[in-house]
Amino acid sequence: MVSPGQFIAKIKKTRILGLVLILVQFSTAADAQTQISGRIKDTKGHPVPGASISVKGSFDGATSDSSGMYSFSSSDTGLQTLKVSSVGYRAIEMTFQITGTSVKLDMQLKEEPNELKAVTISAGSFAAGDKTRGAVMSSLDIATTAGSNADITAALKTLPGTQQVGEQEGLFVRGGTGQETKQFIDGGLVNNPYYTSVPDISTRGRFSPFLFKGTVFSTGGYSAQYGEALSSVVLLESIDLPERSEIDASISPIVVGAGTQQLSKDKKSSWGMSYSYVNVAVYFGLVSQKPDYFRLPAYHNADANFRFKTKNGGMIKFYTTFAYNDLGLRTPDIDSAYLKNAFNLTNHNWYNNLSWRENLNNGWKMMLGAGFSTNLDNIQQQTQDQYNQPHYFPDSVYWMKPKNFILTNKQNLAQVKAVFEKKLFGLSALRFGSEYWYNYNPLTYNDTLKVLKDNLVSVFAETDIYLTNELAAKLGVRYEYSSLLKQSDLAPRVSLAYKTGKDAQISAAYGIFYQKPDNQQLFYTSGLGFTQATHYILNYQKMTKDRVLRVEAYYKQYKDLVKTIPISYNYFGYNNGGSGYADGIDLFWRDKKTFKDFDYWISYSYIDTKREFMNYPTKLTPDFVATHTASLVAKRFITNWKAGFNLTYTFATGRPYYNFMINNTGKYFTADEGRTKDYQNLSFSCEYVPSLGKVNPKTFIVLFASMSNVLGYNAIYGYHYSFDGTVKQPITPPASRFYFIGCFLSWGVDRTQDAINNNL
Amino acid sequence: MKSFLFILMSLGTFVSSAQSDKYAAAMDKTLHLFDSAKTTADLLSVANTFERIADAEKTQWLPYYYAGLALSTAGWNDPKMDKDANSTRINTLCDKAEALDKNSEIYVLRNMSATQQMMVDPQTRWQTYGMQAGKDLDIATQLNPDNPRIYYLKGESLFNTPVAFGGGKDKAKPMFEKAIALFKTDKPKPLWPNWGRERAEEELAKCQ
Repeated sequence: MVSPGQFIAKIKKTRILGLVLILVQFSTAADAQTQISGRIKDTKGHPVPGASISVKGSFDGATSDSSGMYSFSSSDTGLQTLKVSSVGYRAIEMTFQITGTSVKLDMQLKEEPNELKAVTISAGSFAAGDKTRGAVMSSLDIATTAGSNADITAALKTLPGTQQVGEQEGLFVRGGTGQETKQFIDGGLVNNPYYTSVPDISTRGRFSPFLFKGTVFSTGGYSAQYGEALSSVVLLESIDLPERSEIDASISPIVVGAGTQQLSKDKKSSWGMSYSYVNVAVYFGLVSQKPDYFRLPAYHNADANFRFKTKNGGMIKFYTTFAYNDLGLRTPDIDSAYLKNAFNLTNHNWYNNLSWRENLNNGWKMMLGAGFSTNLDNIQQQTQDQYNQPHYFPDSVYWMKPKNFILTNKQNLAQVKAVFEKKLFGLSALRFGSEYWYNYNPLTYNDTLKVLKDNLVSVFAETDIYLTNELAAKLGVRYEYSSLLKQSDLAPRVSLAYKTGKDAQISAAYGIFYQKPDNQQLFYTSGLGFTQATHYILNYQKMTKDRVLRVEAYYKQYKDLVKTIPISYNYFGYNNGGSGYADGIDLFWRDKKTFKDFDYWISYSYIDTKREFMNYPTKLTPDFVATHTASLVAKRFITNWKAGFNLTYTFATGRPYYNFMINNTGKYFTADEGRTKDYQNLSFSCEYVPSLGKVNPKTFIVLFASMSNVLGYNAIYGYHYSFDGTVKQPITPPASRFYFIGCFLSWGVDRTQDAINNNL
Repeated sequence: MKSFLFILMSLGTFVSSAQSDKYAAAMDKTLHLFDSAKTTADLLSVANTFERIADAEKTQWLPYYYAGLALSTAGWNDPKMDKDANSTRINTLCDKAEALDKNSEIYVLRNMSATQQMMVDPQTRWQTYGMQAGKDLDIATQLNPDNPRIYYLKGESLFNTPVAFGGGKDKAKPMFEKAIALFKTDKPKPLWPNWGRERAEEELAKCQ
């Protein structure tokens, strides 16, 4: 290569010779071809095939072959710019000289940070949603999984890491109680995600899956943005603007409802409201239930929302829902031959959530949330004789006293949360924020009023660091202070993910999680501190468009769990003297490809856990844990019939049961224990969608039918013991099977034609 | 000095008139390469070549369009290709072409790009990419209702849609017939797209 300096020197030396040289160069320019070749590699040294190499301003160039080699000839001369580009890489430009001698130029391309190809930090979490990256379920999956009856919790119970607890609501995750899992909507805590507890009956979740566009179910190791849950969080993201304005209605023997969503003409805002009424009179008349209902369950639900897009592409959403329900039932009393326990419940619940997410300048994003909820339970329990008249006991029969009470429990939660996010290099980001929860909880138990007030302040920070598209880390820390406990905690959260192959990655997570003891315990003791769990998780995942394989191993260490200390007859104290551990393996396999039109997933969990908490005298496997749990969920959609069929089969090995009694030294001991029989449930559902495939249908109809426990298996969840320990009563479902049939209709105003006209 | 400058100037004019012939020659040569391309690698090379011509010429929409068309052809024939990345590239090329000349052919190409993305996961994506593909053909029709390729693609879409959803052979047949009728009278300008007739005739035969 001749440098510019030498070239000029040559002209100066012999002007005429120089002029001749220039002329010769120009006249032979059309015929003189310079060979340019080389190899294109990436930063790891692998060849990049299909890269485009071109000389700027000219037609000359080539495409690299399978070994990254390229070669072409150019008739240009002098200083040129070579441009190399390939999909997925940062394009580069390089200046060089063409003088007649062949040129060899090897180049290295750097991978473009690509959100779609980058590794996802997934240890300990399952994502469900339509646009969510790495989602294992879509929002329609949650609604149509057989056995779920469109209850989010029930659908999540088909994923590994969960227990099949049928007699109590909640998600029991990896050895934790239902209280150890908390639910959040758009970042704000839902204080009462389930309807009020009814003895031995698992109540439904309050929210319909159709309100949400995405769900993240974390089985552990979750982000520093969340706290107060020892085991798991369920993060629900509400839908943004609806696709179109519509009116919808649902009809079934159990529930009727109607609602509307109105989308503005400019598609920038919407409002909606709905009402539904549940009455089981007809259903209980047809399908007999074990408990004797003297007040049939009735539910009223009303909600309203508005959403609007802000100028910078942000979104403000407000959702409010009001619910009322009441019921009364009688069950035989275990401590006597003929008495009954009558349970009467009236509940009022009002939940509000306001959120504002916004794009600020310079790569900043903001998420503000505020919420207020109030829940009022009026519960009365009474022992009654065979004529359903109240039966009172003298004080000497002290163990019957707690079965007669009048309870008024009000739970108010006001919260605000702010999260700020700054985009760093590539896909990396820094996030920090704070939240404040004010809990006000007055409880009246038989004329005694107790009040709990807590100001919980949290501050958190977390960074996502994407070193390359293959290696990412999430480092976070969370600080919490509770005014009621007068205690603070500091929790680290770390996750790493490394992409091992085209669709495979391994990730690991570590974190410490704190949770306040339950209100029941806080009412009766001061001086309790946070309970604590430390998680260690390791996960391997391979995910293609049609198949997902996840294998995850975990170890959890529990500390400072709450223990019950008997003081005298019906009085108990509590301390943080409990502890425990849980370890196991969870497997998940989903396949949409192998069998035509057939989509299925298999979950399997193995868990080994022991804990000493509440009235457990020593470390024991908790009574809500089955060692092996497996689920098979299958779906088949027959397009020609426009119908879908779903099947869920769940199996779990028996759960331990215990009878703890107090000995004469005032301590708990295990008077009796055993293991229930295995649990099995086969559920079936089908849906018929006649309007599917119609372009812009005005009316959208879905007919839905489901049946749980098709095989009629008699499940036993555990046992209740009489006070003297001589009588053992199995805890069984209120009915052997649950049937549902319903119709969902929606009438829409389609605005697609307006959109086409506006585009042109 | 004077003679030297004269020679330089004449060389200059020679060079500039050769430019437009150079463009036509390059397009012709690359179109032949397009016809004979067999593998994804061949089509990718053809697309890159067209893109180089387009970037150098700066005023011609056709090479951008053909670059996109070559990528789209690779997309139809190669099941292993990353359709999302490919269609993103096709759409960028369409944007560059449209900036120079907004016409029906570019929207036909946009339709194929959106259809390929939809086919990645039809059940979830028909609402986004499926709808987009429909809108693209509507705009193509508004820009030139006599473009035969529009009706060929409408026919293809109906042919591949289940009967229960309003598609099938019987619905596709009149579309292909209309396409073929328009192909007969179609007189595209030099270098403008003229593809699709053979495919339309093949598909019509399947509908009988």
